[in-house]
Amino acid sequence: MRRTGPLKLCLIGGIVMIIQFFIPHKFSKNFFDGIVSWLIVSAIPALVIGYYSISHLHLNKIKRKKEGFGYSIVTLSSIVIMAFIGFMWGIEENSLFMKIYQHIQMTMQATMFSLLGFYMASAAFRSFKARTPEATLLLVVALVVMFGRVPIGESVFVKLRLPNLIEWILMYPNMAAQRGIGLGVGLGMMATSLKIMLGIERGWLGGTGK
Amino acid sequence: MSHDPWIWIAVFFTFCIFSFLYKDNPFYRFAEHLLIGVALGYQLPIFWKNVVGPKVILPLQNHEYWLIIPLCLGFLWLARLIPKYAWLSRWPMAFSLGTGAGIAIPLSLQASVFRQMQGTMLTKAMLSPSITPVIHIIGNIVMFVGVITTLIYFYFSVKHVGAVGKVARVGIWYIMLAFGATFGYTVMARVSLLIGRFQFLLHDWLGVID
Amino acid sequence: MNLLNKFMNMDRRWIYIITTICVIVPFIKPIGLPTYTTPPVKNLYDKVDNTPDGQAVLISLDFDASTLPELYPMAVTILKHCFEKNIKVIITSLYIQGVGIAQIALEDVKREFPDKKEGIDYTFLPFVIPQLSLVILGMGEDIHKTFPKDYYGTSIDSLPMMKEIRNFDQISVAISLAAGAVSRSWITYANQRYGASVAAGVTAVMAAENYPFLQTKQLIGMLGGLKGAAEYETLVEKKLNIKTRKAACIGMDAQSAVHIMMIVFIILGNIAYFVARRKK
Repeated sequence: MRRTGPLKLCLIGGIVMIIQFFIPHKFSKNFFDGIVSWLIVSAIPALVIGYYSISHLHLNKIKRKKEGFGYSIVTLSSIVIMAFIGFMWGIEENSLFMKIYQHIQMTMQATMFSLLGFYMASAAFRSFKARTPEATLLLVVALVVMFGRVPIGESVFVKLRLPNLIEWILMYPNMAAQRGIGLGVGLGMMATSLKIMLGIERGWLGGTGK
Repeated sequence: MSHDPWIWIAVFFTFCIFSFLYKDNPFYRFAEHLLIGVALGYQLPIFWKNVVGPKVILPLQNHEYWLIIPLCLGFLWLARLIPKYAWLSRWPMAFSLGTGAGIAIPLSLQASVFRQMQGTMLTKAMLSPSITPVIHIIGNIVMFVGVITTLIYFYFSVKHVGAVGKVARVGIWYIMLAFGATFGYTVMARVSLLIGRFQFLLHDWLGVID
Repeated sequence: MNLLNKFMNMDRRWIYIITTICVIVPFIKPIGLPTYTTPPVKNLYDKVDNTPDGQAVLISLDFDASTLPELYPMAVTILKHCFEKNIKVIITSLYIQGVGIAQIALEDVKREFPDKKEGIDYTFLPFVIPQLSLVILGMGEDIHKTFPKDYYGTSIDSLPMMKEIRNFDQISVAISLAAGAVSRSWITYANQRYGASVAAGVTAVMAAENYPFLQTKQLIGMLGGLKGAAEYETLVEKKLNIKTRKAACIGMDAQSAVHIMMIVFIILGNIAYFVARRKK
């Protein structure tokens, strides 16, 4: 029951929703609407698990005074303080909550990812080599796109009377390969979904009892 | 130069993160942990105000008691935190996975497979010089060949030797071209992120640019 | 040769300094080269511009601050376009982190359009749940049921602009500004199930992958990275004659400089590689 019950629910839920898709009746539409509402509401409590996991991890670190436990105090206290500010003084425009979000969180997150720009520059000339004919093609196309997608390159291509060269590369040969890959991914997703529904793929049951 | 203290705070944290470029240091580690905490703390009031309030509390106040069923199902997620009863969390997961897969299968099949295959078919209009410019006719043929050869490259049930091997080889050239285009765009993306941060420093903080 | 070796083995921090210079100098001494418009951007512009009365444009900011410099200018410039043309806008986010960004974008644009009123000219829908496909499906069925209240806590039913707007039938185009594959969910659920017109504003990383959907018209238009945002800004300025700060266009000179630097680095790196290989 602990395993077969959920497996049956998964199968029945899947089959019912597939059948529903092919019935363009008002009843079917209302049923679909109801299921979507159920899914939304039933997903709400799941978020608690995420907060529990991160709190548990950092509290353990603090309890055992592991190396860098001070940073765990920073993380946990900032969760509490930020939430407290939001609940106490609101989340409206120009509130303290939004100021912290905009000037601390957004700033740090954007800066963190901007570091990739530097790493990209460093990696570009160290590891991007034309070792094989295939790698050479990749490199040449990358250089053409890099050059042609910025104003300075665009101006050159316009002068060469090839203003749409990059767009043509993207729209035809690039698109062909992306579509080939996408078709494979799409069919793979179908197969995985069917495997879950039919109970062939049971990884999601986890090791939580028999 | 800005007189807004919030801008100065943002600048401080920007440099905390940038300091990692020199080497790992306590300023960076502090900012990193603060970011995680603030980001998680930010979500709680938003979630309470925008999700729990209108989706749970308000309908219950309006006597929509049917909500209790999906809500109870949702609370079973939390059983995951108690090892003895963790198996109960399989029920909401089964409901979500089964119905989710049932909804997704026909739609994904249509959107990612059928529509894409349809787009690959060469119609009379796509090859007619009176309707389509020659450069696009060439493009359409290039696209058709590319999709077929890419798919053959990913077809591993047949050994890639002889004619199949040659066709697959054409497929790999297409794939390399697409990867080149993606790489060129990736460089562009990472550089843009960096530009954004410098724009903040030069415009919002120092005020030296428009 | 020795010089080339030295160059190849130079400390990464020197590269960081060169990169920084390449970014800063064009800001201080801008060249101001023009940005040319590509068909995917023009198609989206036209679709927004031709929004009929009684319909609205939906902008979903499905990203967090990690891709802010690329996607934020898109949100701002599309909002400006809509407000200038008196097109009704629904703004939302399927990412919880994106809600705050949507709020800031609205505040930013409202400074230039102070007469625009919540519930009459625009509606700000809140975040619902992380399962974004369900939110899209919910909107396809009934926006009022999926979002009983707007971001500010006002009942959706009481907003004048939302009286006529119930689902995607009254949305001229749903634009997903997305950092990940969220735009794919909009295609699968909004376009495929409900026949909604969907467009995407994506980070440059995702741009090349979306071309198959442009050809099949599953995406009616696309803005790819900072360049896409700059193209839209240029179109808005040219066609509507609006003079505002063009954050994306300002950044394009720096983008040119860093790209040239990278191309030079890659070429030099390859020369060094071939010289070393020949020696072996």
